[in-house]
Amino acid sequence: MTIRVKVLEQPVQQTSYVRALLQGMSLTFKHLITTQKKTTQYPEVKDTISRRWRGTHRMLTDENGKAKCVACGLCPQICPANCIKLVPGEDEEGNRYPLVYEIDEFRCIFCGYCQEVCPEEAIHVGRHYENAEYSRAGFVYDLERLTAQTHPVCEMWDPADPKGE
Amino acid sequence: MIVVALLQAGERYYNASAPVTGWPWLWLTVVKLLVIFTILMVTIAYLTLAERKIAAWIQDRIGPNRVGKGWGQPLADGLKNIMKEETLPDAANKLIFMLAPLLAFTPALITFAVIPFASPLPTRWGYMEMVLADIPIGFLYILAVTSVGVYGIVLAGWSSNNKYALLGGLRSSAQMVSYEVAMGMATVAVLLLAGNVSLPAIVRQQQTMGWNVFPLMIACFVFIVASFAETNRLPFDLAEAESELIAGYHTEYSSFKFSMFFIAEYSNMITAAALTATLFFGGWDIPGTQWDNTPPWTVLKTMVTLGAFLVKTFFFIFLFMWVRWTLPRFRYDQLMALGWKVLLPLVLAYITIIGGAVLALDALGIPRTVQILGMSPYWAILGMLNMVLAVALLILLDRGRLVSPSAARLSSGDLARERAARVTRRAPAPPQGTL
Repeated sequence: MTIRVKVLEQPVQQTSYVRALLQGMSLTFKHLITTQKKTTQYPEVKDTISRRWRGTHRMLTDENGKAKCVACGLCPQICPANCIKLVPGEDEEGNRYPLVYEIDEFRCIFCGYCQEVCPEEAIHVGRHYENAEYSRAGFVYDLERLTAQTHPVCEMWDPADPKGE
Repeated sequence: MIVVALLQAGERYYNASAPVTGWPWLWLTVVKLLVIFTILMVTIAYLTLAERKIAAWIQDRIGPNRVGKGWGQPLADGLKNIMKEETLPDAANKLIFMLAPLLAFTPALITFAVIPFASPLPTRWGYMEMVLADIPIGFLYILAVTSVGVYGIVLAGWSSNNKYALLGGLRSSAQMVSYEVAMGMATVAVLLLAGNVSLPAIVRQQQTMGWNVFPLMIACFVFIVASFAETNRLPFDLAEAESELIAGYHTEYSSFKFSMFFIAEYSNMITAAALTATLFFGGWDIPGTQWDNTPPWTVLKTMVTLGAFLVKTFFFIFLFMWVRWTLPRFRYDQLMALGWKVLLPLVLAYITIIGGAVLALDALGIPRTVQILGMSPYWAILGMLNMVLAVALLILLDRGRLVSPSAARLSSGDLARERAARVTRRAPAPPQGTL
């Protein structure tokens, strides 16, 4: 399919600088006096973000407050930015759990693959964007911090419902 | 209460019929100087806020509204600028680098000295002219001093030893020199009518005859365009040209030296606006009445005329800002072509016509003062002539031009070729029925 390019006819014979200038001035004046401004007063008012927004991570927990993660190793495997550090451990009953689970949010590219690949629906990317820290070290989120996050998590794209209806 | 007290004080010296002389004159002048300087600096500070607010409104935003609901913003900006690190490039010519901001700043402020801003103020010692320095060469002084202002920019650009700054300085020098010619020529028309270069005299002429904007419409237009170029503001801000030259001539400046360039720009804008108001819009004159410009002088008259002057000046300042946030920047060659190939010949021809008309009207003995229907016949006839000229100008010069190149008029052959080229350039429409 060819891309349709709309080429505007330049009104060569009818152009007048003065008229064009006055047109432009009247347009800007209309915007000047309009009361419908587009500004969002940010810290007080926040725009709603998409339900598929992929922000900083959150680890979901089970009813005992323990992380759902079973340390299968899929997320560090799929992570294209290599930002997940996982050291698996095993308790006496043979249940695997993460000894160390760290995500470097600076390296993360927020692709959301970790959430997609997770068989236990444990790790999620979150609908959250206020991440300021005073040091670089603050951006390495450990397991404790990931489970402590409370913000809503991303709803991944569902092929059966592509428009999210 | 204060206003009423002032008014009463004014009425008490009702018979101040002679100008102030001697020591009282000196002291009053010093007071006037301090008051004007303070007001000017505060206005400049708040113009930065006004500019940001107008920019915001034009772009459907709200603008600064945090520091004291926005009113503290100029203070915060000023404080921030003073506390910033002062940089001094190694490769810069230190002396000139330090001197340049002063050279931009000082002329910008002292040009305001010759602009009359209100009717004379009566005092205990006689009446005081409301102009800082009523020098007989008023307008020539302004032309001279604003030209010195160019040095600030050129030297800043050159001494920084930075290619962007140098280019900015070069551009602005060429631009300001070019447009100063057109600007000076446009005012020649005013001088033809006023017969004097002193600004109070020009205001008096407009009080008796009517505002110059009507009989000298085209000169007014050229003057306004040239003052845009003189103040280095959009659409002529090639000296700064953020998108091409970083910050132009003040790329290497920081802290208070940068502030000084900023103050210079805004102060130039005030002067240009006040000058347009004075030369073409009657200065402090209130239209349609002679009450404001005849003695006895009272405090009330001074205040009302000051109000009139401020309204006019702020209207033009608003125009400057409005245009800035409407029009894109000219290309450098377009700028030069507009200055030398359009404005200068235009204004030269205009002076010739107006000079001839003034000569003819004087020879016919047409009275200059207001006579019929509150209009001066002299003023009306010149105004009609200008209307005719303006229409002719619009039809002959302005129509049928493409924006680029700015000076070339398309012949009919070129036009046909352009149109044909455009047709072939257009992408073919997709065949019907396909997706």
